[in-house]
This record gives sequence, structure tokens and C-alpha cells, in this order.
Amino acid sequence: VAIRRVLIANRGEIAVRIIRTCRALQIESVLAASEADRDSLPARLADRTVCIGPARPSESYLRADTLVHAALGVHADAIHPGYGFLSERTALAQLCEEHGVRFIGPTASQIAAVGDKLRARAAAEALDIPVVPGGPVSSPDEAQALARRIGTPLLVKAAGGGGGRGMKRVDTLDELPAALELAASEAGAAFGDARVYLERFVALGRHIEVQILGDGEGRVIHLGERDCSVQRRYQKLVEETPAPALPESLRGALHEAAVRFAQALAYRGAGTVEFLVEPQREAFYLLEMNARIQVEHPVTEAVTGVDLVAEQIAIAEGDGLRLRQPDIARRGWAIECRVNAEDPAQDFRPSPGVVREVTWPSGPGIRVDTHIVEGARIPPFYDSLMAKIIAHGMDRQTALGRLEHAVCAARVVGVASNLALQSSILADLQFQAGGVDTGFLPRLLERTRLAGSGDRG
Amino acid sequence: VTLTAKEVAEITRLLEDSTFDELYLEMDGFKLSLRRSGSVPTEAAPAASATPPPAPEAQRRPVGGATAADTRLAPDPGVQDVPAPLLGTFYRAPKPGAPPFVEVGSAVEEDTVIGIIEVMKLMNAVRASVRGTVTEVPAQDGVLVEYGETLIRVRKAT
Repeated sequence: VAIRRVLIANRGEIAVRIIRTCRALQIESVLAASEADRDSLPARLADRTVCIGPARPSESYLRADTLVHAALGVHADAIHPGYGFLSERTALAQLCEEHGVRFIGPTASQIAAVGDKLRARAAAEALDIPVVPGGPVSSPDEAQALARRIGTPLLVKAAGGGGGRGMKRVDTLDELPAALELAASEAGAAFGDARVYLERFVALGRHIEVQILGDGEGRVIHLGERDCSVQRRYQKLVEETPAPALPESLRGALHEAAVRFAQALAYRGAGTVEFLVEPQREAFYLLEMNARIQVEHPVTEAVTGVDLVAEQIAIAEGDGLRLRQPDIARRGWAIECRVNAEDPAQDFRPSPGVVREVTWPSGPGIRVDTHIVEGARIPPFYDSLMAKIIAHGMDRQTALGRLEHAVCAARVVGVASNLALQSSILADLQFQAGGVDTGFLPRLLERTRLAGSGDRG
Repeated sequence: VTLTAKEVAEITRLLEDSTFDELYLEMDGFKLSLRRSGSVPTEAAPAASATPPPAPEAQRRPVGGATAADTRLAPDPGVQDVPAPLLGTFYRAPKPGAPPFVEVGSAVEEDTVIGIIEVMKLMNAVRASVRGTVTEVPAQDGVLVEYGETLIRVRKAT
């Protein structure tokens, strides 16, 4: 059944991105905006905006009941949750299911299945997909025994966490009891779920994820992988596809494992299966599945030519998969830089404020996804993402060259940005060689810090 | 069994005098939730569109349609807007056919219930938060109101 009107339960660049596809499909867009976002670019672009509450997310973007009431009130057929906020909480999907509003995403039970990291681990193990050595623990004794088996350093993770939230690193076994207790109490407070598990800490890994689409009936295709190893504290800064310097056998194995994992769930919609890859061992471990559109989805769109938001909508309409695996051809290389309103020199402190001047780049192979225009406000209540600059080219060198020029041409005045850091990442010889691990950015920052203090001394 | 306007006002007063911030009452399919922190902001609410949910034919607004043009004359400083403290369906009366909580000319106290905002079957009592006389009721009964949209206007008592 065709969707005619979509309520967008999100803000910022992803709201602009969703509106763009709605326009192309001649679907009306209604933006659910907080008071702080009433005059934002997506509010101006949407066919209609409804103010759902105050700036604070807990009183607006995180109110599932308000969002579904708004959708019913404006006669929207569907809700697009974007990423973050309610996209991966069962509450919104569940309410939508109960009130006949289509949720553009997986079912509530699929969100619950992948949101519980212990369940996801068990599901992967049942499919013979490797996971990082470790497992659930329910008592300190059990934890000690397991920790001795897997060895240190290790991570204590929250069953309800994910994406770096709710984890503690343990370097020696005597630190374990305190870390367990702290992790459990933090997890209880943050996720309402105090269950924790242990995992071996893999120091030199690469973060590679596979984009999939599922029809909800067990048919799943993949759209290749993305390498997101340039991270700081689990926050991704640069993403690219294909993953550079990856043996073809390993690449194929990742795709196959991701598809099999999603098939077992009869997953519906767009999703991403994240892996930790140890290239020197040619080993990989499934980390988690993200049941939403990802921030970094445009690099996949660039090389496949597929509009992932349009496919999400088609699946929600009940059309299933319009593409078969052989239809997915990947052409060239794409790299994305996230431009954040934060100051790398001040320990990445967020820099809210008003953007007085802004210039975004353009040119062959350049795409910019942003909600930041001159005069835009960056409220302190939300994440600091201002824009994503994506460069596409026939090969990695071309894409990288285009991206370097594009990042240089970008200019933001009024708030701090990480543009200079992005330039130094792209110019780094290790990054240019390709295939860096997740320790790359921390090492680069440390070198820069030492160089900086040397200048002053 | 539902509650009359008077009873809702009375319950509101009970909460007001108690040490609690929130009250949630459910009886025979009728739900009432009262929240002390849900009191209306004191500063003037931003201009809000008072349009009802769009009929399927009334769609596309021009770009920049985020906030509808406010066609009112310059605001009278003696008159205060009472904005919706949350998005939901506004009800002027405790039940269909019952007399409205307030009408033009009604005297209101800060804690007078002026209407109910329903969010997914949950009834939230809205109080005036200002003392005076109702001069206007721009919000229509049974219609979706946005957060910050003006429900009633009150000439402040001096």
C-alpha cells in the first residue's frame, strides 16, 4: 500500500535527507520538530512542521506517544525514525504497530532482538558466525573464571548497550570485580538492564560493517561493506567503501555472514551488521547489528546508485525487495568525512552556537548532506554533526583527492569545527595507504598533541 | 464513570497542596495524569499555527511554512497567551456535550483547569497559570494542537 504522507521523527541532516527522498517519490513530509528546531532547514523544507515539545529530547524527540499522536493527528501513514533517538527503541515501533501507522524500519521484536547484545551474540553463535571470545556473566566468581579463560585486557559490556556505550576496559584480573559492579550499575541506570558480559579486548582491529536490506520474509541482500575504522571513542569520523586492503576472501565472508545473520531474523528494512576484523589473522567477529539507517549510508549510495531511504520506504509499503543481489553493482570508491561542531583542540568539546557564515563544497563526485545554512543554530541538546561530505571517484585515489579538496573548500564561521583535523587525517600517509585500524586516530591525535607541545616548548 | 470539570479541578488542587509532582489516575477507561512540572512556560510562546490537522486535500505549504504567519494585531500587554504545554488533541470540555471548562468571560485562577490535552488516550489537565478573565479561545475542541500553540488568551487581573 502506497505511503502518501510520512512523519519524520528526527532532526538535522538526516531529516533533510529523508525529506529529499520523500520529494522525489512525491510523498508528503511532516517534520516533527522540537521548539529548538522550528526554524531549522528541515522545518523549512518539509511540507508541514508540527512542534512536538521543548528542546530537551526527553520531552520531544524521545516521546513515542507524542510522535504517534502527531502522526495520527496529521494523517501520516508512516513514521521515519532516522537514526538515534527512537530509531532503535522498541517503544516507537511497538506503538506504530498497535495504531496502524507504518514504522519505516524493522519490527519491534527485531529491534529488541538485536538491541539485546547478548541475544545477538547467541544468535550469531547459533549460526556459526564468530563473535569476540567472551560471554555473559551473572556472578563475580563466574566472571573471574571466564576472564581467566579469555585473558586480559578485556571489556565489560552492557547487554543493553552498543556503539561504545556502557563498556569498561579491564587490564588486570584484580580490576574485574570493581569494573563489573560499576558497569552493571551504570547499565541499569542507562538502559534499564543491568546484565553485563565479558569480551576479549581486540586492540588492533578494523571496524567494517555490511549494509543489508531485508524484506521481512527472509530474503536479504547486501550492498557491500563500509570501513569505519577512523574512530575516536567509538565515534566514527571517516568512512569509506569498499574497505581498502582487505583480502577478497575476507570481504566475501563478511558479506555472507551479514546476510545469513539478517536472514535468520527475517529482518525487515535497512540494517547494518558490524564486524571487528583482525586482518593479520584474517579473522572477523560479529559485534552487533544496527537496526536503522546509518549516518554513513551515503558512501554505499554513491557506489551502488541505490537510494537507501527509497528502498526503506518501498519495504515499508510492502513491496519487499525491488533489487536482487545480481542487481547490486558497485562502481568506484566513496569516502565520507563527518563535519562536527566540536573543537579537537579542546578535547573535542561541543561548540553550540549560531553559524554566521558557511560554505559547503561542490564539484564532480561531491555530495554534502547537511542542515547547516547561514544563520543556523546549533542547539546544545543534540549531537554535533553539521554535515557529511562525501566524495566519489573511479578509484580510491580519485575519491580521496576530491575529498581533500572538498574539505579544504568547506568553511564554517561562528562555531568550532573539526575540518582541520579531517584535512590532517586525509593527508596522513597511513590513511592514504589504506586499511588503518581503530587505533589510528588516537595515535594521530597523540602525535599532533606532542608536536603541538613541542612547538610551544 | 468520568470526572466532571469540578472534580478534575478539585483533584488538581489536591495535587497542588501535596508534596507530589505527578498524579496518575485511571478508572473505568478514563485516565487522568497531572504533572506539576507541566505548568506552562512563563515567557510568551512562539507564534504557532492554529491549523487543524490537514485534510487530505489541504497540503503543500510554501517553503518557509514552518510557522504560520501570525495575523493578529500587535499583542496587548495586558493579555497573556496560554500555550499548549504539549502536543495532543485539545478538549475544551471534560466529555462530549458537557459545558466547556472555560468560555470567553470566564474568570480563571492560576490553577483553573482550562482544558484537557489528550496524548494517546492519556488525558492531561491544562491549567491557566495566570489569573484573570478569558478573552479568547483560539484552540478548537477536538483538534490537534502543537506544543506552544495558544489555547486561550487571558486578560490579567490587576
